[in-house]
Amino acid sequence: MQGRGLNIILALYVALIFTFIFAPILFSLVFSFNSQRFPTIPLGEFSTEWYVKIFNDPDVWQAVRNSLIVSSSTAVLGTALGFCTAYSDFRYNFRFKGPYLALILLPPTIPLIIMALAMLAWLSRIGLSGQLWSIILAHSVLTAPFAMAIIRLRLHQMDPDLEAAAWNLGGNEWQAMRHVILPFCAPAIVSALCLTAAVSFDEFAVAWFVSGLNKTVPIVILEIVQGNIDPQVNAIGTFVFLTSMTLVILAQAIFISRQIKSHS
Amino acid sequence: MSAPRRLNLYALTWRLPIILWQLMFFVGPVLFMVAISFFVVRNYRMTEAFEFVNWEKMLTRGYFWDSYWYTLFIASLSASVAMLVAFPAAWALAFRASDNLRRWAVFLLVIPFFTSYLVRTFSWYVILAESGVLNAMLGYIGLGPFKMLNTHFGTVVGYLTLTLPLAVILQTVTMANIDKTLIEAARNLGCKPLATIWRVVLPLSRTGFIVAALFCFILAFGDFVAPFYLGGSQEPTLPILILDTTKSGQQWPRAAVVAIMMMLTLFTVAFTAIALAYRKPAGSR
Repeated sequence: MQGRGLNIILALYVALIFTFIFAPILFSLVFSFNSQRFPTIPLGEFSTEWYVKIFNDPDVWQAVRNSLIVSSSTAVLGTALGFCTAYSDFRYNFRFKGPYLALILLPPTIPLIIMALAMLAWLSRIGLSGQLWSIILAHSVLTAPFAMAIIRLRLHQMDPDLEAAAWNLGGNEWQAMRHVILPFCAPAIVSALCLTAAVSFDEFAVAWFVSGLNKTVPIVILEIVQGNIDPQVNAIGTFVFLTSMTLVILAQAIFISRQIKSHS
Repeated sequence: MSAPRRLNLYALTWRLPIILWQLMFFVGPVLFMVAISFFVVRNYRMTEAFEFVNWEKMLTRGYFWDSYWYTLFIASLSASVAMLVAFPAAWALAFRASDNLRRWAVFLLVIPFFTSYLVRTFSWYVILAESGVLNAMLGYIGLGPFKMLNTHFGTVVGYLTLTLPLAVILQTVTMANIDKTLIEAARNLGCKPLATIWRVVLPLSRTGFIVAALFCFILAFGDFVAPFYLGGSQEPTLPILILDTTKSGQQWPRAAVVAIMMMLTLFTVAFTAIALAYRKPAGSR
């Protein structure tokens, strides 16, 4: 049990698990440069055919534009909502705080397909469905909890006396917010923006239901996949992976680097 | 700091937005979904009503209950598989890896969570296909080809794509937080390694493990992509039922019935799991 042999077996096992988790991401990347229509081993020739194909597809461009609009707007809205809630939770105690926090934290635990149906029915009822901003409204609800969690963690590291000190020095609450709280939370806010953008960029169930004819990138993928095997998906997928991974890694790097700095 | 204060403009500015927003775009939609389950569809148009016809139509049909039990079965199965498969890796990361390595591992495992599940599923489709990568590799050592797509196996692989990173993260974090001296004490008192896992590590990580299993279950229970693309949807799960009912035929009220049944099931499972997770262990004061 304590032996070297066991350690090697465990290391191999961990490697196997990571292979399982990252294999689909890796294969998507490899196959996007592969000439075969039905990719398999041995690989076909190197080819950028699929990239050329999506590059010349106006539908894909339109979808990319839509996705960028949706995810950046969602990020701003979701992070703003998340910040307000995180600050309220940090600063105040009030009645019904439990239900208040549940209100923001609950949506991610409800399956997306259910949220999709509920959003579709409700938004068409109040005349807000079938637009690009229908997706933004829905996504802001889904992403705000992530922003709230990150910003709340950051506030947790702040000395509550810091805000009080600002008041004692003659600042009012608004000035304390602007000069103390916001600068302190800045890295968390940037992380939250990246993360909420990444979540929104990849979400397809709710977007597919409420968007009407406005397609985002995941919806285009969904429609291609429904047709048949088409390696274009790998090319789009690689682009999607790069975008969301950049956002997530950025979010983590910014957050963790601040974490380390404020501890040392 | 935490003393209750009088409400003023400043406090309301931060507290109100989320309340209004969530009432409008979260509570509103969910309540309205409950309402439309009593509406009726006439001439392809949804009309306001208060009738139980949709509930009757869905809950007396065999195919609904087939789908219900199948979804419950396959989601439980894949949650269990995820927990079991994750355990040795999480144990190694928690007890045998350096702090630095563990941080890196968790850092990496968070990434897939925010990358396209749809593209990863499509990638599995290509890997698992009859003439796909895995069968080609197995072919070199004289095995196969195996039929992996459109089987339970395919569905579970899809679910694991979603749940395995989460299971490993939550198990690792839970076990890394165990007080190491308790484990050393058990070993010094002559407890065998496997018995230490069973009698010290697992009881101490019960809460974290139950929460992890619960999340795996919720994710699998609500996912339509894996059973649809990798499982072939011959046995439709509840999410596929919602999808079909909504997208074809405009039968939103019936889809709402399915969705409400799913939510009730999830609440029941979640409350049971959380009660189990936080119950005082037998014999303790």
